[in-house]
Amino acid sequence: MRSVYTWGGILVVVFFSVVGDVVLARAMKQVGDVHDLWQRYGLWTVIGRTLGNSNFFIGVAAMALAFFSLLFALSWGDVSLVAPAAASLTFIGNAVAAKLFLHEKVDRRRWIAAALVAGGVALLAG
Amino acid sequence: MTFRKYLVLAGVTVFAAAGDSMLSHGMKQAGSISIHHLQGVIVAILNPWVAVGIVLLLAFFASYMNALSWADLTYVLPATSLGYVLLALVAKFALHEQVSPMRWMGIALISGGVSFVAGGPALTSHPHPETQENEEAVVSSAAAGGAKR
Repeated sequence: MRSVYTWGGILVVVFFSVVGDVVLARAMKQVGDVHDLWQRYGLWTVIGRTLGNSNFFIGVAAMALAFFSLLFALSWGDVSLVAPAAASLTFIGNAVAAKLFLHEKVDRRRWIAAALVAGGVALLAG
Repeated sequence: MTFRKYLVLAGVTVFAAAGDSMLSHGMKQAGSISIHHLQGVIVAILNPWVAVGIVLLLAFFASYMNALSWADLTYVLPATSLGYVLLALVAKFALHEQVSPMRWMGIALISGGVSFVAGGPALTSHPHPETQENEEAVVSSAAAGGAKR
């Protein structure tokens, strides 16, 4: 029963992390290339455009929820399971979500990379 | 990809790894925090390691947002994972900790994954339509579409 809680917690962490990453990525694409903006209009424009983007705040809120659900998951399961499982599943989840929602061209090269990194993270912390 | 952009990606990697390890070091000194003793949070923040760790993580967040403004999520994320490799190397060569064969294998897998992505383009998603050049591109492609019809 305890493992159901642990894996449920891990999935909640992964869900909020993926939502946070994808929404923040979209927000920054809407803001535009920070280097260009900085050179043309200065730093305050970059900060103003970022803080004026509602997706930015949704992304940060999702990241905060991911953080707090990680704390809960850690209180239910071992660190050596929860942390690597959440981190490596987030890599896979992000690859899927980036393809579906951000329309990134996740080609074979990037699928292999996501799988390798996810496996590597699991091994490192295991 | 310019040198400056590689520098931003390096910042994402280094700030995340350094921030995490400083926070972890500081929190071990500050002791555990429970829901019933929330004042422990204030003690923890006053710990210099924790404070520097928070500043480094803010620097990580700024460079991460910077990178996401000109590169794909699936391009930036593997770069952040290089931080794990960095931490393991610091553990081995600076702190003289034992790094197990399993971890070396993990390092090899992550490095392989990163080199796979690094060889490809940084941005593949549609350019956002707000900038001038793209507006022109959208207009001209719409005109081309109209001509076909």
